[in-house]
Parts: sequence; structure tokens; C-alpha cells
Amino acid sequence: MTGEILLDINGISKSYPGVKANEDVSFKIGVGEVHALLGENGAGKSTLVKMIYGLVKPDEGRMTLRGKAFAPTAPSMARELGVAMVFQHFSLFEALNVAENVALGMENPPPMRELAARIRAVSEEYGLPLDPSRMVGDLSAGERQRVEIVRCLLQDPKLLIMDEPTSVLTPQEVEILFRTLRQLSAEGTAILYISHKLEEIRTLCDAATILRRGKVVGTADPKQSTARELAELMVGATLTPPERKAADKGEVVLGVTDLSVDSPIPFGTSLKNVSFTVARGEVLGIAGVAGNGQDELLLALSGELKSAPDKVRLNGHAAGDYGPSERRNAGLVAAPEDRYGHAAAPDMSLVENAFLSGYLRRNLSNKGFIDWPATRAFADEVIATYDVRTPGNHVAARALSGGNLQKFLIGRELDQTPEVIVINQPTWGVDAAAAAAIRQAILNRAAEGAGVVVISQDLDELLEIADMFAVLNEGRLSKPRPVKGLTIDEIGLMMGGAHGMEVAHHAEA
Amino acid sequence: MDFGSINPAVLIASLMVAAVPIMLAALGELIVEKSGVLNLGVEGMMIIGAIAGFIVAVNTGSPVIGFIGGAVAGAALSLVFAFLTQFLLTNQVATGLALTLFGLGLSSLAGQGYNGIKPPPTNAVPFGPLADIPFLGRVLFAHDWMVYFSILMVAVTWYVLKSTRLGLIIRAVGENHEAAHSLGYKVTRVRIGCIMFGGAMAGMGGAYISLVRVPQWVDGITSGAGWIALAIVVFASWRPWRVLIGAYLFGGITVLQLNLQAAGSAIPVEYLSMAPYLVTILVLVIMSSGRGKASLNAPASLGQNFHASH
Amino acid sequence: MLRLEKRPTPSQFWQYGTPIVAVLLTMIVGGILFAMLGKDPIAVIRTIFWDPIFGEFAFYLRGQLLVKAGPLILIAIGLALGFRAGIWNIGAEGQYIMGAVIGASVGLAVYPTETRLIYPVMVIAGALGGWLWAMIPAILKTRFNTNEILVSLMLVYVAETILAKAATGFLRNPDGAGFPGSRNFSSYKAASNPELIAGSGLHWGGVAALVTAILVYILLQRHILGFQIKLAGQAPRAARFHGVNPTRLVVFCMGVSGALAGLAGLFEVTGPAGQISIDFNSGYGFTAIIVAFLGRLNPIGIVFAGLLMALTYVGGEMAATNLGLPSAAIQVFQGMLLFFLLGVDVLSNYRIRMFMGAK
Repeated sequence: MTGEILLDINGISKSYPGVKANEDVSFKIGVGEVHALLGENGAGKSTLVKMIYGLVKPDEGRMTLRGKAFAPTAPSMARELGVAMVFQHFSLFEALNVAENVALGMENPPPMRELAARIRAVSEEYGLPLDPSRMVGDLSAGERQRVEIVRCLLQDPKLLIMDEPTSVLTPQEVEILFRTLRQLSAEGTAILYISHKLEEIRTLCDAATILRRGKVVGTADPKQSTARELAELMVGATLTPPERKAADKGEVVLGVTDLSVDSPIPFGTSLKNVSFTVARGEVLGIAGVAGNGQDELLLALSGELKSAPDKVRLNGHAAGDYGPSERRNAGLVAAPEDRYGHAAAPDMSLVENAFLSGYLRRNLSNKGFIDWPATRAFADEVIATYDVRTPGNHVAARALSGGNLQKFLIGRELDQTPEVIVINQPTWGVDAAAAAAIRQAILNRAAEGAGVVVISQDLDELLEIADMFAVLNEGRLSKPRPVKGLTIDEIGLMMGGAHGMEVAHHAEA
Repeated sequence: MDFGSINPAVLIASLMVAAVPIMLAALGELIVEKSGVLNLGVEGMMIIGAIAGFIVAVNTGSPVIGFIGGAVAGAALSLVFAFLTQFLLTNQVATGLALTLFGLGLSSLAGQGYNGIKPPPTNAVPFGPLADIPFLGRVLFAHDWMVYFSILMVAVTWYVLKSTRLGLIIRAVGENHEAAHSLGYKVTRVRIGCIMFGGAMAGMGGAYISLVRVPQWVDGITSGAGWIALAIVVFASWRPWRVLIGAYLFGGITVLQLNLQAAGSAIPVEYLSMAPYLVTILVLVIMSSGRGKASLNAPASLGQNFHASH
Repeated sequence: MLRLEKRPTPSQFWQYGTPIVAVLLTMIVGGILFAMLGKDPIAVIRTIFWDPIFGEFAFYLRGQLLVKAGPLILIAIGLALGFRAGIWNIGAEGQYIMGAVIGASVGLAVYPTETRLIYPVMVIAGALGGWLWAMIPAILKTRFNTNEILVSLMLVYVAETILAKAATGFLRNPDGAGFPGSRNFSSYKAASNPELIAGSGLHWGGVAALVTAILVYILLQRHILGFQIKLAGQAPRAARFHGVNPTRLVVFCMGVSGALAGLAGLFEVTGPAGQISIDFNSGYGFTAIIVAFLGRLNPIGIVFAGLLMALTYVGGEMAATNLGLPSAAIQVFQGMLLFFLLGVDVLSNYRIRMFMGAK
């Protein structure tokens, strides 16, 4: 950290129809500095880094890189000038191998054989083992991230942008990533680190810029600030953690025994001998890194994937061979992770989407004919109860922001007097206030006697709301344990540790 | 039935000729689909190529210029598809069907006055004494240049897809257009290029029907060849060399049923002429029921439109 | 510079506006095409779109409209159901042929028995014929995941050869002096489909088309099955989450569209066509695809679209006889209409923004 300025961002603004994504944003990143960009979902972090990476053009303002004007018009130009980026949703191609994926991210890749050798060399140097000939579709989320990082490193970046890199890693893998990043920083590479995880930023970053609603609302030295201070800057309000009314555990409502199903998703993970029970009033939290069978578990519980009858029992009745409708009738509601296309039909109105999963338990049809007035009333009820901000019940689901749509979709399931609730990623991509409201609503249902399964990649969320805790790893579920008394290290080991990477940093450790 | 009258050397030689149109069209469509676009308008582009190639060849007296004319016409029609699906984001299935309906009408309109004319001949490449080798000479060295060109194009397509940067980009765009876009590749531009290549290949294949296979102009001359080409892409599970196998297989069936008809087979003519279509269905069933394996090769973004939101 | 911008909610106005804009654009570009063919574009367009309704021979031609529109509407409604669900039956032409062949076979099998039961049985047989032909791609799709587009289309060619075999072989008129073609149904009263009101062109096919339009409209608007069809087309994974059984949906949509196409074929062969002949099919099965889109896949819209498309047929024939317009020009005109429809449709989901200068 020589104090020399690498990238100077000055008065950047960018608007989209109806939204000001960035307004007069300014900050500086020094050579070799690890700089955090903090903000909630929708604060404008993504737009800002897309401008630095040349994917989006700013409306106003200017940037300089090493004192020279910097206005990339394409990612290739940014890469040439030494800016590299690791995307949150990886820009990878599952049906291509590692070397091909790396080549696609380079301007002038060497011949494949040479490239493979360089991938091996760089990945070993930085403790990120990779086999260049493997198909990316067969890699774990952590390994995929390594492909992205190696792709960047091969081009000797001066600035490495990392968008929410730890959301797909186990705690041990996060440790290793941080070591790699510190090594890079020591070698003079600046890192722009985007996250909303405050503890990470406090351990890793040298400086932080905080964005709220597109504007810079503050800067901080993360090592000198408390997580609480940072959180309040980020959210702009004091947050109250959800309230938990102690409820007595009732009898078991959902029992899964030795459930194994093949994944219907290409490159998906099959479930292997999954067993657990959930009692009335109990919240079971299921953690795990993305791609370890979470989607499949939801499908197998919602009834979209069927199994032998006795593998899934609802209220003691064999229900494994039930489809989604029959399971709803038996008292189970489910909320899939993907809002646009799975939990909701994006082009249909909120009313139609209310009907989509609510028709059975809310009696919205009569002899096959849809009772539209009743369905509208149901949609309005969900909109009012869960504070969904929308111009009306007639708008298409895709018109709502992620957080608002999620409140609507979770509300739609919770307002069906369910006995069993299964939710995958309840607050993914949702701002803090909405996330808190959703968690509270889930806990309220549990207090009323529903059995709840929450699948999430957000450990903090699970530790906050769950009574029992289990981990999905490569399609296998660990034995559920009470949340009380669990340590982060134990959780990390349950999540599969560092997926065979312990050796990697051996030399330094 | 008299199988004796069917000479195997002639049969193989003529199946190679019969396979040229569907092989060219299927190779073009393979590239289109590899880039993530499903163009069901192959039949329409083929028949436009057939009539355009015919008109150009008749008026210039040169079949070579005719083939080029067919390719240009096919590419021009595919540009309509490209504009609609890539810029106006129309449904690819519906637009492809529209292309076929429009192409059939337009070819018939353009072909008025060209019925009953003979096009200039496309002669066999002179291989000299090689052509006199028994059996092999007839099978390998007695064809017009388009037969060799179509095989060359299989090799070129295979090489480009497998070993060049362009091929890598095409596969990347067809596999995950969002990721390709975020790496800075011009998804729309790549796809338009591929669509036009597909159009040119289909047009050239169509021209081969009207200039060599038949050779004359008749309304609806392609009679489903474009659809069979689409089926061959599935059969080949998006691999160029298997397109060659597929095209020869279908060429073989077509030639065999024609020969059987001529040989006065006991099977009624109507049932024989159904054979290529029934075999196509059968092959599609076999390919698609081998769960997973064939479909794994299908480009993941096939048929989905791309609109860069930001 | 033009730029597309996705609308948060589809535009209501353009949902109805796009077919009209598309028709107008087709008329303009079609007019240019007619002019290039050396015809007076205004005269041609008037002959096609005005004369059949208001011209000198309108009393006869208006009837022809219903004759042509009936099968188009019947087939298009069935196709629209499938298209909405993302199930692409494009082999309606084959199902139409098979409905006619099987229905006619039943009628001719009992020739010359005269009882009132014959026609209803033939109608059922016709629907069944189309249904069976559509079940082939449906079952191959649900069983083996085979592409229904290619299979249904291949079966058109197969059906055409069966039609040729019927006309020259097993259905050939034994009293026809060896000419191809079956007995004429107009002289077999119990099995014929006469005009119901003289001069109107309305036969049982037209009645069936209108009744079907109303039933399918109710299905799509009010019934849960209609909801499931729309859902499966727009968001297949959401449909599975809702509890749609994809197999049943494919079988239902393919079955209905096949049966309706078969019905159309039966009404045609026993009515306007009169007999099974080699060239009995005239492309209704393909034109119905255009009709389905022109009607925005909505049964009521399809009724209007079918009438408009019938107008291009009737008017096109007029233009052919009176002005010497090649009949292929009408086919081009119809194909163009589908292009414009699909293209203009972008307006209902996207806003077009103009940009000035370098941006």
C-alpha cells in the first residue's frame, strides 16, 4: 500500500427508466488496496462495477486509472487496461471445459496446451487447484469460482473486482480465498470487494465505501468500525432481529426417510439417503453451498419430484408418490428459490400468480371453474398483509422488485394455513427490511404450530431462525443438530470443509 | 421383386448425390443451433435457394454462379428471420414456420415461367483414369464438384467448431448467452452471422435439388428435405461427422425406395415413398429415447431469445 | 438509434392493436409486390378485401367466405391451444386429411344405406381420425421425448400418400370408370354436409367452428385447464410447481387440435369438396397456423382472423380470374402477414425508444 491512487471514480451517475441506479458516486482505490463496496441489494453496487468493467456506460462523471482517463466501452477494453472481474452469477459455460472457459475470458489466449499448463501453474501458485480438462458443469460452486479467479489472474490484473464472492463458499473455503486475496494485494493488485457481509469486510478490507439507493452515504475504515456501525450506515435504520416466541414442539408433521432421487436438472446433484423429521412448531434450517442438492430437495418435498410413498410422510401418511396438488391438500406448502419462472410466472398478473399455488387450500375454484373474485380477494389480502408495494393486483409479477415479489410469494404460501412449510432461500436478493419481515412471518407460522424447513445459503439467517440445523453436501444431508451450541468451525466441517483444498496453502500455513 | 437389377456401386454413388442437399442444409442448421438459435425455416430457405439458383443458372448459363445465387438467396431470406428473432425478439418456432410458408409462396411466384426448362448441366469432376477403377471409380471418382464440396464442408465445420476461437465463441454463445454477454461477446452479432451461414448452406442445398438432383423447376420441389435436414441435426446430436452419416443414411433410403419402385417391387409405390418420412420419425424416436446422452450435447440456450437488459 | 425496452406489464392497447397494424403493413408491402408484378395495387387490394363483401358478386362470394373460414377457424383454435401451452403441432394438414379419409371411409362403407345415424357417426369417425393421427406425435413426445414439430410434420407427408392411395385405391368410386376419386357425397344424402341456409355458405363445419370458439374461450378464461395451458406455455417450471401433469397436457392439446383438424377435414370432404381426391387437401392446415397467430391465439380473435384469411382466399381467386394475379402471390401475401404480425408483436411487450446522437 504505497498510497498511490490506482482508480479514481469521480461523480458517476447512471439512470434507468424510473430508477437512478447511481448518483454522483465518487471514491478512490489505491494500488494494492482491498477496498470494500458495501450496500444492500439494489443499492447500485452492480451497476457501478459494470461501469468499471465496461459493460455499462455512465451517463455522467469520469474515471481515471493511474491518472489517465478511463472510459472502457467494452469488457475487452477494461481487461486490456488491467481490470478483471469475478461475477456473482458466474460467467461460465457448463458444457465447456476449464481451459476453454478461461480462454473465453482472455483477449489473446495461447494455444490450448500452453494455456492448460499456465492454468495449472497459476492455480498452484495461489492455492486454487484446478484441472484444466474438466467440464465446468461437473465442478462444485467453489471450484467454479476458482475458474473465474484463475481466468482473471492469468491476465495480471491491476484491479480485481469480486462481486459477492463468498456466498458460494464454506467457511473454510472463505479462509483460503482470503489468503489468496491478501497474497494478491501484497503483490500490488488492488481488489474491489463487493459484499453485504460485514464481518468479512472487517477482517479483509483496508477501506470501505458504503452505497445506499445509488449514492455514497459514507466511507469507513472497516478495521476500526463495528459491524453495527457499518450495518446502520448501509441500511440507514436500526434493525431489530426477529422475535421468537417460544413454542412447544408438537408431534412430527414431516418425516423423510432414506430419500434418494435423481436430479432432473442437467449437471444437477442427486439426493442420496436424505432423512430428517420436523415437528410442529419446529424450524429446521438446512445449510450448504449452492449446487449441493438444494433445488432437488425442494422439488422432492414440493411433490414436483416423486418418490416411493413411504419416503416422505405428511402427518404420518405416506406421501412420497403425491404430486404438488395432493401435497398441498395434505397441508404442505412450498416456496422455490427462483422467483421468475418457478415460484411465479413472470408475465402473469399477481392475481393469476395467487391462483397458481393458492387455488386448492383457499378454495379458489369450483368444479374446475376459477372463482376470479375470490382469487382477487386472496391476492389483495397477501398484498396488504405482507406490505407488498405494487400499483395493484393486475400488474405482471415481473414488474415487481425482487424483494416485493418475494414478500408476495412467501405471503401467498404462508396465508394458506399450512401445516408444513418448505422454503428455499427465503430472503435471497431481498433488502434487509423485507428480509426481516419475511423471517418474522415464517417464525409466526411456526409459533402457530406449523413445521418449517428453511433451505438457505445464508448461515446467519439460519442461525437466527432455526431450532435444528443440518447441512446438504453433495446430495447428502447431515444429521440435524440443535442450533444452540454450534460453532462456525463445526458448521464449516459439516459443510464439507474446504473440499479437498486443505493442502493448498500448506506451505504458508 | 428383383434386387438383382440394383447395382451396389450405382446405388452408393447415387445416394451420395441424393444426400448433398440435406447434408449442406443440416450443416448450416447445425451451426445455427450451436449458436443457440432454432431456425425451423430450413425448408423455406432451401426452396428459395432452389428457385434462385435455378433462375441464375439458366440466365447465366453457369451452374456455379447458380449455386452462389442460391446461397445468396437463402442467406437473404435468413436475414428476415435474423432481424425478427434477434432484434424484434419474436418466437423462433413461429418465425421459422413463417419463413417456410413465405418461402414456399415466394418460390412458386418467382418460378412462374421456369417450368419445363432444363438447367445447364453440372458435370462430373474429371478424375481421368481414377474413374475407371472398378467399383471405387464409380463410387468415389465420378461425382460433380458439389458432392466433394459438401464433404469438405463437413470437415470445415468440424474443424471450426472444435479447434478455432470462432468455434469456441459460437459454442459459448449457444451455451450461455448471458455469460457470453458479460464477457463482452456480441451475442446478437454472432448469432446473425450463424443464421446467415445457415441460410446460405440451405440455399445452396436447395439449388442442388433444382440444378442436379431433379434437374428442373417444379413447385414445392424440396418436398420436406428441409425438415429432414432438421431431423438430421438431432440425429447427429450436433456433431458434424454424424451429419454426414445421417445424410448418407437418408440419401440411401431415398435412393433405395426409388430403385425399388423402378424395379417393380411388390410393395405399393405409396408405401415406398412414405419410407423416408417414417424412417425419420423412427430415428428421432431412437435418438430422443436414449435419455440424456444426445440431449446433453444440445446447446443449453437453444431457442431462447437474448435481450441485454442493461 | 432504436432501442427496445421491456415494459413492466404487457400493453393492453397493443394486444389489440398489433393485428390491425400488421394487416395494414401487409397491405402496403403487398401492394408494392403487386405493383412489381405489373398489377394496379389499389385495384388488387380492392378486389381482395372489398369486392367479396360489397362488390357485384358479393351475394355469392360472401357465402364462399364462410366456406373457407370454417375449416380455418376450427383448425386454428385447436392449434392455438397447443401453441399457448408451448406444444407445437404443425401437422394439422395431416390430421385434416386423416379425418377426411377415415370419416369418408365410414360413410362409404355403408353406402348406400340411408339413415340419420350415418352422418353423426361419420363426424365422430372424422374427429377420431384426426385425433389418432395427432396421438402419434403426442405419445412419442410423452414417452420418448421426441420433438413433436418434426414428427407431426413428417406425418403430413405420410398422410398425403395415404390420401393418394385412398383416392386411387381403397376409396375409389367403383362406378367412376377408373378415374381417381371417391364417390361424391352430394349424391349420398345421409352422408353429406349441405349448406344449412341457402346462399350463406354455412354448413355444419361453420356451426362447429363457432361453437368451438365459444367453448374454448370459456375454457381459457374461466377454467383451470385453460389456466394450466397458459401457465405451461409461459413458465413450464411454474406449471410443474402448480401441479400440471405435462404428459396429460400434451395429450390433451395435441388430441383436441387433431380432433378439430379431423372434424374440419370431414366437414370439407362431405360438403364443399364433395369427395376424396388426390388434391383434396389445400393447405388449410398450414394457413391455420397464420390464422392462429393473427387471432393472437385467442378463440374470438381467431374467428375474425379466419374470416379475414378467407377473404384473402376468395378475393385472391377473384384477383386471379379478373386481374390475372398469380395465385402464388396470395400465398406470399399470407406469409408476409405472419412476418409482420410476429414482428409488430414486439410492441406489446417492449417499448421502442429513440435515441438521438451518440449514446
